[in-house]
Amino acid sequence: MKMSFSTKAFAMLLSAGLVAGCSSTGENMEEGTYGSDVAAIDQDGGSTVYGGADGSSVSASELTDDERRAAQEQAEQEALRDITTFYFDFDTSEIKPDARDVLVAHARYLADNPRQQVRLEGHADERGTKEYNLALGERRANAVQRFLIVNGASRGQIETVSYGEEKPAVRGSTESAWAQNRRVELVFQ
Amino acid sequence: MFMKSRFRCSGSFLKTPIIACLVLFLAASLSARAELLIRITEGAGSAIPIAVVPFAESGSMPAGDKVGSIVQADLTMSGEFRPLEPSKMLSLPSERSEVYFRDWRMLGQRYVLVGQLTRNGDRIQARYELFDVNQEKRILGETAAVPASNLRSLGHHISDRVYEAITGAPGVFSTKLAYITVSGEGEQTRYRLQVSDVDGKRSKVRLESREPILSPAWSPDGKKLAYVSFETGKPVIFVHELATGERQKVADFPGLNSAPAWSADGRSLLMTLSRDGNAEIYQMDLASRNLTRLTDHWAIDTEAAWDHADRGIYFTSDRSGGPQIYHMERPGAEPRRITFGSRYNARPRPSPTGDYVYYVHQRDSAFHIARTNLETGEETVITRTGSDESPSVAPNGRLLIYATRQNGEGVLTVVSADGGAAYSLPASGGEVREPAWGPVTR
Repeated sequence: MKMSFSTKAFAMLLSAGLVAGCSSTGENMEEGTYGSDVAAIDQDGGSTVYGGADGSSVSASELTDDERRAAQEQAEQEALRDITTFYFDFDTSEIKPDARDVLVAHARYLADNPRQQVRLEGHADERGTKEYNLALGERRANAVQRFLIVNGASRGQIETVSYGEEKPAVRGSTESAWAQNRRVELVFQ
Repeated sequence: MFMKSRFRCSGSFLKTPIIACLVLFLAASLSARAELLIRITEGAGSAIPIAVVPFAESGSMPAGDKVGSIVQADLTMSGEFRPLEPSKMLSLPSERSEVYFRDWRMLGQRYVLVGQLTRNGDRIQARYELFDVNQEKRILGETAAVPASNLRSLGHHISDRVYEAITGAPGVFSTKLAYITVSGEGEQTRYRLQVSDVDGKRSKVRLESREPILSPAWSPDGKKLAYVSFETGKPVIFVHELATGERQKVADFPGLNSAPAWSADGRSLLMTLSRDGNAEIYQMDLASRNLTRLTDHWAIDTEAAWDHADRGIYFTSDRSGGPQIYHMERPGAEPRRITFGSRYNARPRPSPTGDYVYYVHQRDSAFHIARTNLETGEETVITRTGSDESPSVAPNGRLLIYATRQNGEGVLTVVSADGGAAYSLPASGGEVREPAWGPVTR
């Protein structure tokens, strides 16, 4: 699913907000989530207290915050990893600032899943020469590969290929088409 | 243009009514649509007026373009001649005794070519003569014979002989073109490597693939093509023997295998490989497959071509920040930058005559073909189109073919080396790109 970054950011914040919202209204968590003998007992400034399995009541506001934070982070990371296409300016292979968080999320995922393979496909827009664009597409894919490795992925998980200007995402000879074709795509195997 | 000379619906040539003529014209267009069509976009001001008189015919001739039409079209494409429309000719001589030089002088012609074709079994014999109108002198008189099925080759041969007799330079009308066509969309996309005559006729598909084919390069003997194919999912260099259709994978290293270019002795290929970490230029001996690395720089180095002396190499490098043309005097020597006039100069193709190097050149936001005079360093833009790629120089250094876009479609254009005249070969039913001008083989 391809979404622009800003849309994804909004979705991410929204889902984070939803998780936070659940805690603060003190709704009963679903049965089975934390054990059938657990119920939300009290509301105290946003934290929910749960009973333990042995019946002892455990005051666990930090645990809840951690859990909340972990769930929030996981949702954020998943939302970030929905983005699998990265764009570049003309004749550069520089990774843009707004791509860094997304790539870090992918790198972490790869680090956590050592058997996961990914192919990086590098592309260029149609202007200029085909062979130079083939090399430029490769340089873009290599830049993304280096970033992923620095952030935890291992080299054996990543394959790179360049298509140069041969496989545009958008046909046309406009600035908009060109901008959408200067890209690296992550294709999980 | 030779459509017009073939079907003359007015005058005594065809006694059929106008409607029948139009049908014939359309029928010719439809059958021609299977191959490249030829259209003139501009003419050269200083073109030499020449009268190519339709040849007299004795015996049955094969259907198709007449020899005179082929010669007329060839000479027009050179940009150096302006053949006279046959409808303007006052007489149709086929030998010297029938040539009245005063008539041709009145028509402003400097040369007149006459000839006869005679059917002899399954061969056609030709006898042709070329006259200098002002001097009233014959400067060429020859005979030739071909199988009847090969009349087009005879036409191109005569064009070569006429061109050489008048200009002193070798003719390129018997050479071949290699190029890539693309048709269809999505799953139906098909890439085809094709070889045709220099006028786009008699084209044959040599390779068809669902994946891109790039960078066709002719071996010096004209018998093989090297190219890059994505058929295995990544760029790989093949050498393809045209007579047999046999293909050999010669470079399939990790990363890029691209930009093949032949040495003059046909024994090695320059190529761009990134097996050592980034795009560098290598030379591969084809017999042993031994590799010699020629560049050593963190920048992209690609699109190498041997220079006129076959001693040094031109190539594209972005070591100074953006792609520029460099020259290495001999393999391994320190490269010297050649282009300075814009921020993007790529894909050098030196002229076989050693005087210029041609390349893709960005000016403002358009990409043209430009050339640098290797003696003076002067740079000139030679095309007026603005999304140009893949220049390839004719073996006589006087013409250049390149790929450009017209009405959103990829087309090939032939231009005279100084940009003076242009001749477009539009594709029908698909895009055309990556032209490579074949060698003279005689």
